[in-house]
Amino acid sequence: MHERKGVVSSPCQPAANKPQLTLRFKIDEKDFLIAGESASKTKKALQQLGLKQEIVKNIAIIVYEAAMNIVIHSNHGEIKIIIAPDQVVVLSEDVGEGIPDIELAMKEGYSTAPNEVREMGFGAGMGLPNIKQCSNELDIKTTIGFGTTLRATIYLNPADTKQVETGTMYV
Amino acid sequence: MTLKEVQDILNAEVICGEHLLDREVKTAFACDLISEMLSFASSDTLLITSLTNPHVIHTAEVMDAIGVVFVGGKKPSEDIINNLDHGNIPLLSTPLLIFNACGLLFSNGVEGCTRGKAW
Repeated sequence: MHERKGVVSSPCQPAANKPQLTLRFKIDEKDFLIAGESASKTKKALQQLGLKQEIVKNIAIIVYEAAMNIVIHSNHGEIKIIIAPDQVVVLSEDVGEGIPDIELAMKEGYSTAPNEVREMGFGAGMGLPNIKQCSNELDIKTTIGFGTTLRATIYLNPADTKQVETGTMYV
Repeated sequence: MTLKEVQDILNAEVICGEHLLDREVKTAFACDLISEMLSFASSDTLLITSLTNPHVIHTAEVMDAIGVVFVGGKKPSEDIINNLDHGNIPLLSTPLLIFNACGLLFSNGVEGCTRGKAW
């Protein structure tokens, strides 16, 4: 198993009798590279599981955007990708400033990212709208001064994820 | 057209992925914002950008880009080229600026992405 900074892959205990696998990415403040890396590694892992290309792409985009949000707007956080036969949940939890106005943050083009972030190509104000577009369900809980939890669910055709039941995966 | 034809039309240098230039290019997307690439660009699209940081390579990989053209003669640094896994994404660099590069490709039949086609 390959393991490096911010990247952990491990089988975990089944919940509600459903076999599942969890990928975890720890994300530090200003660690911009980990965002793209976590999306790339998620994509490769999901491809190994035989998920459809468009679903893999959507989940990778969710992970990318969620990771960038942690990098830009929080002190630190973690993203878990919980893969079950019938669904994939991307759970993003951060410790940070929180989102003052979620409705405003969901508007395309609205961004509070600083200029140095925009110069890298980020901070377009598309992050949360992109996540919503790629998810079947999206739930955001935020507390000002403490942080934000984002839960994006993508439903799968169970026939697509037979290999999840083996509980073994390498990223 | 093929990526090889794109290379010729844009007078582009191939940075890596020479063996993949027979790929067919039907659509292209030009942008310098990562989230817009992720939101609007459809799969199998040629990405045209002046950003050369490693995030662009990751983004191209995530969005299933068919290749990346860097404009204005820009290229990612040697570190980026050597350290990132970009095996399936050919990288090209054209001396043309973004408007001229897009205009040439569009006038030769390459279409732009539309949001409805994104997924």
